[in-house]
Amino acid sequence: MPATRPLPELVCPAGSLPALKAAVDNGADTVYLGLKNDTNARNFAGLNFDDRTAREGIRYAHQHERKVLLAINTYAQGGDISRWHRAIDEGADLGVDAIILADIGLMEYARRRYPELRLHMSVQSSATNYEAINLAQELFDIRRAVLPRVLTLDQVKQVIDHTRVEIEVFGFGSLCVMVEGRCLLSSYATGESPNSHGVCSPAKFVRWEHGSQALGARLNGILIDEYQQGEPAGYPTLCKGRFEVEGDTYYALEEPTSLNVMAMLPQIIDIGVAAIKVEGRQRSPAYVAQVTRTLREALDAAGREPQRFSVKPGWTQALSKLAEGQQQTLGAYNRPWK
Amino acid sequence: MRIPELTLPASMASLLGRLPATPPCWALVTTLNQLKKRDILPADMSLLAGHSFEVHVQDAGLRLGFSADEENFKVASVGDTPDLRLSANLADFARMMLREEDPDTLFFNRKLIIEGDTELGLIVKNLLDSVDWSSTPLQRFMAV
Repeated sequence: MPATRPLPELVCPAGSLPALKAAVDNGADTVYLGLKNDTNARNFAGLNFDDRTAREGIRYAHQHERKVLLAINTYAQGGDISRWHRAIDEGADLGVDAIILADIGLMEYARRRYPELRLHMSVQSSATNYEAINLAQELFDIRRAVLPRVLTLDQVKQVIDHTRVEIEVFGFGSLCVMVEGRCLLSSYATGESPNSHGVCSPAKFVRWEHGSQALGARLNGILIDEYQQGEPAGYPTLCKGRFEVEGDTYYALEEPTSLNVMAMLPQIIDIGVAAIKVEGRQRSPAYVAQVTRTLREALDAAGREPQRFSVKPGWTQALSKLAEGQQQTLGAYNRPWK
Repeated sequence: MRIPELTLPASMASLLGRLPATPPCWALVTTLNQLKKRDILPADMSLLAGHSFEVHVQDAGLRLGFSADEENFKVASVGDTPDLRLSANLADFARMMLREEDPDTLFFNRKLIIEGDTELGLIVKNLLDSVDWSSTPLQRFMAV
């Protein structure tokens, strides 16, 4: 195992200024954030940054020699794309270190207007092979691509071996059912989806019903799940609901689990992953602090002694508490798919 | 400072539950208004105005009802169905406020109960998360 591989950047989420500061204070190399509108895929009421908090956050991060990425990772909607163009203009003006884009029309705009601006290709672009990534590099000079959480470790390596674009992978957080950027489940139920409105299961469609026996979760009237007393709850997304299929009621699509790649950190470093991303801009500063601190420790340990690396029980404990469904998985990374 | 795993005894709830809720409620509303006035609580009142809220401290048997208008928070009688009710034990509320614990984590673990308008709940949660205590003397009490 070559010891010369640089450690991947630890890229952490910030939905608010205190979350950004928590990420920086606890060892994130890079923080990513979004603006207060539907130009990003965590368009939740009261979340995200306005001009003042974005400037303060960028100042704080840069003062501590960390980087800030701006996520503009929804698809510009036909009626009026000026909001997305303005978001790119604002990112350039704010002096972010890169912009994360999904829509190739926006990549073209950003490249043409701001030739110096560093561009990353979002996970929402759903680029899972090196041909797609190399094409985006050729056309728009993207410098990094975030891979969807659908590839095995061997497949990630295959991509890295065939591109000069930096590769970022997800390391921790809620899992998306295997079709990132192409999911239509939320719009099936509500007419709104992450790619179009920047939000999966919009809160205005969610209703929690407190019955005497169980807590019911409804999305626009559709019963998604019922949690018995003491049973852990999850996010009210269609993909993680329990449905009756041919007489059986079970997680017919995906179980509410969180991705956690800690056990694979030495391999991830070894194949040359450039950055590890933590999901969760919708979560609080407490989550950001705890996840960042734990992954920082684990990543440093894996970098120091990759052969002797093992996951400390304390790390697992800290992260499992925060996980959705309180289960953790290595996801697609360790599937035997070829 | 770590909040210990602690539930108030049931006798406390039955005692406190009989006392008038107005003084603690007044204290809560006054604190919220002060924080807002000093720009520590970055509340967009247009999102909260016209809504009724209840904070239910389960183990203390306390129900704190208040409402909001375009300017301020006010003590209010909210009846049985406030627009938003947040219920938890005192220790979990404290963990959430001091940023020892993430509200989503408490919700997944069924320690925080959110009833009523889910979007309003999200607005309130995100408002509390966006308070930058580092600009205040309360910073030293914060876990993050």
